[in-house]
Amino acid sequence: MCGIVGLFAKDAALEAELGAHLATMLASLSDRGPDSAGFAVYAPPVRDAVKLTLRGPAGYDFDALAAALRGHLAGGVSIKPRGTHAVLVVPHTEVTAARNALATLAPELVVVGTGHRMELYKEVGAPAEVARQFDLAHMQGSHGIGHTRMATESAVTTDGAHPYSTGPDQCLVHNGSLSNHNTLRRSLRRSGYTFATENDTEVAAVYLTAKLHDGLSLDAALRGSLNDLDGFYTFVVGTETGFAVLRDPIACKPAVMAETDRFVAFGTEYRALTDLPGIEQARVWEPEPATVYQWDRRA
Amino acid sequence: MTQRAFARVIDLEHVAVRELNQALHDLAPDSNATHWQVLNPRGRHALAVGLDAEVTVEIEGHAGYYCAGMNKRASVIVHGNVGVGAAENMMSGFVHVHGDASQAAGATARGGMLLIDGNAAARCGISLKGGDIVVKGSVGHMSAFMAQAGTLVVLGDAGDSLGDSIYEAHLYIRGTVAGLGADCIEKPLADRDRAELHAKLQQAGLAGQVDVGAFRRYGSARQLYHFHVDHADAY
Repeated sequence: MCGIVGLFAKDAALEAELGAHLATMLASLSDRGPDSAGFAVYAPPVRDAVKLTLRGPAGYDFDALAAALRGHLAGGVSIKPRGTHAVLVVPHTEVTAARNALATLAPELVVVGTGHRMELYKEVGAPAEVARQFDLAHMQGSHGIGHTRMATESAVTTDGAHPYSTGPDQCLVHNGSLSNHNTLRRSLRRSGYTFATENDTEVAAVYLTAKLHDGLSLDAALRGSLNDLDGFYTFVVGTETGFAVLRDPIACKPAVMAETDRFVAFGTEYRALTDLPGIEQARVWEPEPATVYQWDRRA
Repeated sequence: MTQRAFARVIDLEHVAVRELNQALHDLAPDSNATHWQVLNPRGRHALAVGLDAEVTVEIEGHAGYYCAGMNKRASVIVHGNVGVGAAENMMSGFVHVHGDASQAAGATARGGMLLIDGNAAARCGISLKGGDIVVKGSVGHMSAFMAQAGTLVVLGDAGDSLGDSIYEAHLYIRGTVAGLGADCIEKPLADRDRAELHAKLQQAGLAGQVDVGAFRRYGSARQLYHFHVDHADAY
């Protein structure tokens, strides 16, 4: 089970509505994943700054944290709390200093994602409720991906929820399960990569991060996963400017895509796409197995 | 556009799928309500399933999983795409999908005809048990997997592993076949095969539009499902 969604705006006018559409899409796949939900939105960047999405315990005082951080970092620091998460914006020269300061000042916080554009939120609970907690409906962005989880391999925890982000502005949602994740995790660890969980999807995310770090294009990295990942998967991947979809060669896990002049959308089921503007006229198709589909805002 | 008159119009924005299906199941044998229209399907699952009546149901848009599953006698026409398992385990009747079909279309169908104007994804006609499937486009990989009886007619191409572990279903493919599955082989297109193919195309309303001679026939090599005592050591 599990449901995944993705939306990539080709028309800049759609960016203001991106969060609203993504929220509807997530809620429509509650039946497929009632345990937890998460999403990443590629929101407008802050000039010369990097966003760190933080997750803390309920009721955490993020404003006090920002005040404390100002003493440790050069340049402006701002924070925007949303429920259990907050987006911390620091000068791009201060990212390492910020991470070090966070480890000292707030060891109870988890950095769930970093990037120029990407903000990432995930929590246990029904998808519509998770979207409401973080006010997804009012977020803007060029593209976004989301996941509704029905846990089968590991416990219902926030750490087990998707998306997984293991590199700057990179995130991944996954429907399926990987069978060689332990082997691959060991091999990636030997190459110096670290893991926050025992989750199979995190291994796929780190695998792609490693390939991108080696200089491969997103398309080439995903094609590589066809050889190196064993198991069932439909992936939707976001990068700072890119949006991609890949299904394994067996393609057990369902997937539907739609494209118009204004957007490209992905849903585990067509039901997730029915409220998108102009869906009646969209080209609707089922992505082919073992085929990378990719869009880029720079193109 | 032809004027269509409907005895009943069900708008799924206001009526639950269970109510639609129950109303169709409750049709009396002598009912005059033989032509139904379903509005706003919006990818909902299990539309028009388990029908057993001489009724035509037209679905105006995309349907979700298991549309027209277990169909008996009824005609279900989908003016859009269908999700996983359309017309699965159909017993008789006619299901016509104007768009594309997702995986496992016509799975385990025992009778009736499933006509798909577009493409069908993977595992079309998996474990077919006597139904007929006509796909005007192409079918995905593992189609007709373990198909036991019935026919699969494809005007386009077939994906990899066609007819894997097939029993006695008849496969007719006009385009290319990416690869044959275990124990599936090409067979000569004899006169009786041409006659069978022509009958199925006629039933699908395609007689005269398609040259039966352009198809190639595939079926079981019968090496896999028979126990050969000479090969006992290999088991």
